[in-house]
Amino acid sequence: MGNAFPVYGGKRCFVNSETMIKRSVFSSRTLPYLLILPQIVVTLTFFYWPAVQGLIQSVMRSDPFGQHSTFIWFSNFVTLFTDPLYLKSIGITLFFSMSVATVSISTGLFIATMANRALKAKAVVRTLLIWPYAVAPAISGILWLFLLHPSYGVVALAIKRWFGVDWNPVLRGSDAMFMIIMASAWKQISYNFVFFIAGLQAIPKSLIEAAAIDGASPFRRFWTITVPLLSPTLFFVTVMNIIYSFFETFGVVHMMTQGGPGGATNILVYKVYQDGFIGLNMGGSAAQSIVLMTLIIGVTLFQFKYVEKKVQYAG
Amino acid sequence: MVEKTPILDIFTYVFLITGIIIVGFPVIYAIIAATLPIEDVCRVPMPLIPGDQFWVNIKAAWEKGNLGTNLLNSFIMASGITLGKISVSLLGAFSIVYFDYRFRTLVFVSVFCTLMLPVEVRILPTYEMAANLLGPLQHLWNVLHLNGLVSWFAGHTIDITLEWSILDSYTGLILPLIASATCTFLFRQFFLTIPEELCEAAKMDGASAMTFFRKILLPLSKTNIAALVVIEFVYGWNQYLWPLLITTNPKMTTAVIGLQHLIPAADDLPYWNVALAGSLLVMLPPILVVLFMQRWFVKGLVDPDK
Repeated sequence: MGNAFPVYGGKRCFVNSETMIKRSVFSSRTLPYLLILPQIVVTLTFFYWPAVQGLIQSVMRSDPFGQHSTFIWFSNFVTLFTDPLYLKSIGITLFFSMSVATVSISTGLFIATMANRALKAKAVVRTLLIWPYAVAPAISGILWLFLLHPSYGVVALAIKRWFGVDWNPVLRGSDAMFMIIMASAWKQISYNFVFFIAGLQAIPKSLIEAAAIDGASPFRRFWTITVPLLSPTLFFVTVMNIIYSFFETFGVVHMMTQGGPGGATNILVYKVYQDGFIGLNMGGSAAQSIVLMTLIIGVTLFQFKYVEKKVQYAG
Repeated sequence: MVEKTPILDIFTYVFLITGIIIVGFPVIYAIIAATLPIEDVCRVPMPLIPGDQFWVNIKAAWEKGNLGTNLLNSFIMASGITLGKISVSLLGAFSIVYFDYRFRTLVFVSVFCTLMLPVEVRILPTYEMAANLLGPLQHLWNVLHLNGLVSWFAGHTIDITLEWSILDSYTGLILPLIASATCTFLFRQFFLTIPEELCEAAKMDGASAMTFFRKILLPLSKTNIAALVVIEFVYGWNQYLWPLLITTNPKMTTAVIGLQHLIPAADDLPYWNVALAGSLLVMLPPILVVLFMQRWFVKGLVDPDK
C-alpha cells in the first residue's frame, strides 16, 4: 500500500497503510463494489468522461456543425495565449481575486478579532454574522446592484458625494469592477469570520497571559502571538478565497455585468461560458477549460502540500 | 481579556457593532426597500422608514418571477443534492474503509481527484453528456461501425442512434452534482476514527455488514451528517452555472436564476422594490437552515475530521 497516494508524497496521514486499512473488515465478494458503484458511475459519467472530452476537444478544430474535427496539436492554446482579450481576462481575474481576498479576509479577521475580545454575547455575535454564508453569490449581486445603482443606489450616492466621482458602472469598467468586487467580498466575509474565530479560540490563553505579564500591550500581543499562531488558518482561508473568487463568482458577474462594459469584468470562468456556450467556439473554450483545470489542480495540490487535513468545501 | 483595558473594550464593542451593521446593511436596506411603493424606492435618497407595501411587493415578485414553481424546483434540487451526496458518499466511504478489495485505493483516489474538476472547468463536455447520456455508447457504436454490421445483417440500411437526454429535468439538475469528494473524504476520515472493537463486537454477535452500517455506523455519524446537510443544502440551493446551462424550459428553472427576470432593465420602470422582495424570499430558506443548525454547521465547516 505504502505510497498509495503518490501525489501527496506519503506524508499525509491518509496514505499510510496503518490508517488506510481497518484490521477488522467484512469480507464479501460483491458488496463493496455494489456500495461504491453509484459514486463511480456518477464520477465517470459526469467528471472523467467530460474532462477527457475537454482534453480531446482542446487539441482539435471542429467545424461548426460538429461533424468533422481535425487534430491541430496545441494550436488552440497558441491562439488563446496570443489573444489580447484572453490576456486581458487573465489580468482582470488576478486583480479581481486579489481584491476580493484582501477585502473579505481583512474584514473577516478584523471582526473576528473584535468578537474574540468581546467577553459577552459571543454566540449572539456569531449568529448575527454567520448568515451571509447562505446567501447565493448571485443574490449578493442583486443586493449590491441596487446599492450601487447609478441613479437610486445609496452607496453610489455616498461615493458620488464624498469622493466627487462620476459613478457609472454601466459605462465605466473600473466602476463595474468595483461593483463585482464588493458583491463577491461581502458574501465571503462570514465564511472567513467563522474560520478566524475558530482559529482565535484555539490559541492557548496561557500564551496571551504570559505575554501580558511580560508587559506586552494588546496590540503587540496581536502581532507577535495571535497573527503567527493564526497563520495556518490565514493561509487556508486565502487559498479558499482565491478558489471562490476564481470559480464561484460566476453568478455575481452574470447577474451584475455580464462581463461588461467592454469586457472589463470578463473574468476567466465567465469567458469560458461566453466563448463556449454563447459564442460556440468549441476548441477555444475547451482550451480555456484546460487552462482553468490546470490552475485548480495546481492550487489544490499546493493547498494539500501546505495545509494539513483541511478539505475544501467547493462541493 | 487578560488585563483591564476599558478604553480598548469600548472601541471593541463600537467596532464590533459597526462591523455587524456593515455586514447586515445590504440586507437591512433591501428589507426596507421591499416594503416601499415604487415612488419611494426611486426617490433619492430612499426614505429609511419601512412602508406597508411588503406583501404587495412579495406578491408581485411571486407572480413576475414565477417563484411558486421556481422555489419548488430549488427545493427539490437542493434536497435531492443533499440526500444524494450524503447517501452516495456514506455508502462509498463504508465500502472503502470496511472492506478489503483490490481496487479500493484506485477508487478512493479517483473519487478524491474530482475535487479538482469543478463544473466550471468542464462546462461544454458535461453539457454534452447531459444532453445525451448515451453519448459514450454511441461513440463506441460508431467506432466499431456497428451500424454497418447491423445493416449487413438486416439486409438494408439501418441507422441506430442512442439518445437519452436529462436536460430540463430534475435528474439533470441533481444527478451530475451528487458525486462528492469532500463528503466521501470526511466520512472516510470519520470512520477511521471509530474503534476497531465496535466492528469486532458486531461481527461476533453475528451482524452482517449492512446491519453494522445501519445499526452502528449511521447513528454514530449523526453529527457529521447534520453538518453536511447544512453545507450541501446551501450548496445545492445556491447553484447557478449548472442550472443555467441545462434548463431552457422556464418551468424547470431554479429560484436564484429566475430572479434575473426581476431586475429592472434600463428602460423599464425601476421596480427595485419587487426585485428585492423576491431576492429576500429566495435567500430565506438557506439562511434559516444555517441559523437553525448553526452549531453543527460551524463544527462541520471548521473541523471536518472530528
